[in-house]
Amino acid sequence: MDWTILIYKTIFLFIILLVTLLVAMYSTYGERKVAAFMQDRRGPNRAGPFGLLQPLADGVKMFMKEEIIPLSANRVLFILGPSIAMTTALLTGVVIPWGGIITIGGREFSLQIADLNIGILYVFAMVSIGVYGIMIGGWASNNKYALYGAIRAASQMISYELAMGMSIVALVITTGSLSLHEIVAQQHGMNWNIFYQPLGFLIFLTCAFAETNRAPFDLPECETELVGGYHTEYSSMKLGFYLFAEYINMFISSAVIATLYFGGYNMPFIDQLGLPQNVVTLLGTMFFFLKIFGMIFLFMWIRWTLPRFRYDQLMNLGWKGLIPLAIFNILATGIYYYFTELS
Amino acid sequence: MEKLTNRSRVVSDKKMTFLEKIYLPAIIKGMFITLKHFFRKKTTINYPEQKREFSQIYRGQHVLKRDDLGRERCTACGLCAVACPAEAITMVAAERKPGEENLYREEKYAAVYEINMLRCIYCGDCEEACPKEAIFLTDRIVASQYQRLPFVYGKELLVEPLDPDKRIDVSVRQTDEVRDFKLNKRFAHNK
Repeated sequence: MDWTILIYKTIFLFIILLVTLLVAMYSTYGERKVAAFMQDRRGPNRAGPFGLLQPLADGVKMFMKEEIIPLSANRVLFILGPSIAMTTALLTGVVIPWGGIITIGGREFSLQIADLNIGILYVFAMVSIGVYGIMIGGWASNNKYALYGAIRAASQMISYELAMGMSIVALVITTGSLSLHEIVAQQHGMNWNIFYQPLGFLIFLTCAFAETNRAPFDLPECETELVGGYHTEYSSMKLGFYLFAEYINMFISSAVIATLYFGGYNMPFIDQLGLPQNVVTLLGTMFFFLKIFGMIFLFMWIRWTLPRFRYDQLMNLGWKGLIPLAIFNILATGIYYYFTELS
Repeated sequence: MEKLTNRSRVVSDKKMTFLEKIYLPAIIKGMFITLKHFFRKKTTINYPEQKREFSQIYRGQHVLKRDDLGRERCTACGLCAVACPAEAITMVAAERKPGEENLYREEKYAAVYEINMLRCIYCGDCEEACPKEAIFLTDRIVASQYQRLPFVYGKELLVEPLDPDKRIDVSVRQTDEVRDFKLNKRFAHNK
């Protein structure tokens, strides 16, 4: 066992964890600002300069709130729900390649914690487990609204995961690999997958909105109908965990979308500049984060533009719209590659 | 019937075309609308730092005016209390003693004059009813309180300060037209 690698991985793991939490924290701030700007308001601007300390104040507020567990709730599951939601949200970041290779003292360090050869499947597995956080929380609350929210979350996730998986199948046909590192490496330069899989990207994006429970697919929370949806009975930091998990999910899905379709840490025209490799890697990581922030902005932009779907519309779109489209996409991609590889 | 605006559109449930069915053009159109608003001038006013300009006829906290010699104008006739639709005004009248001529203009004055700012609806009827041009509504805002009792304003808060520099300016409301109206015996309040 090589100790430097172990220490490096541990440190890097903590950095990623911190960055994830920090980005999620400031996503809440960003969301409030974006929402305000789109409604001709100013947004939070009292706590610190430009209201930059607002997330901190929110966090403190969440911690100070009274912790209430309803008497009729299942105590164990009630606590397990937000824990699962938070844990699975944080686990996904492990396989995402945050950058290229950094050379320190003649040794090469990869800016990816685990280069699984089935990276995409791992992401899917984690996202699917994330549903349990919501389902268990909604069920354990012993509240009709929470149960409704949980049922909706479960059915929504199942229907949209299908289309999402199929849009990825088409992507896997084009790239020929399930490893995220490999997929990013193939998109070197401007060979971004979005140019090869525009329809697949659109399907994946729509499903990502549904998977993260973001508007216009935020039916599990659905303030107007279900009070608070699955987290109706939650208070204090357990509620904070749920809300925070949503923002982490948003960050991670933005990272996944940027990795799969926008070339990850690849920067156009970086080879022509002739920079040393470490600089290239760092620039690439910065560019990757720029892409992620762009995606997060898109998430927010859509949320404050579109109204919520009705439940039957949601199911219609999923089963009658996206899944046939995804199947068509797979067929078209498959036929194209079958004939191009024959000739 | 004549339309008020030209924005109304007749709703139809015709079959959607393919472009309408895939939603995307409509979504992108909507996103550009929100993006347009993103860069638009914000309508919010940062309240404690910036203050909105009041209208000329804004009706805020009352003032009990003194005349040019610094004497209270109020004679405790009670017309304001009668006119008040919210019954927010109460007063206790007292007779002016010899030697108090520099304090009160008339022979009778209000020993106690209270306005309950929680009851007051700031309609300005008291101002209209007053025959002595003693009470006016100003553009000052009634400060918020934690309890109800401090909202009952007594004379110490209502009567304007003696100091000529600290007088409350009501020249916007105390115009010549108001004076003529007050002196005109045709009106019920002045008979």
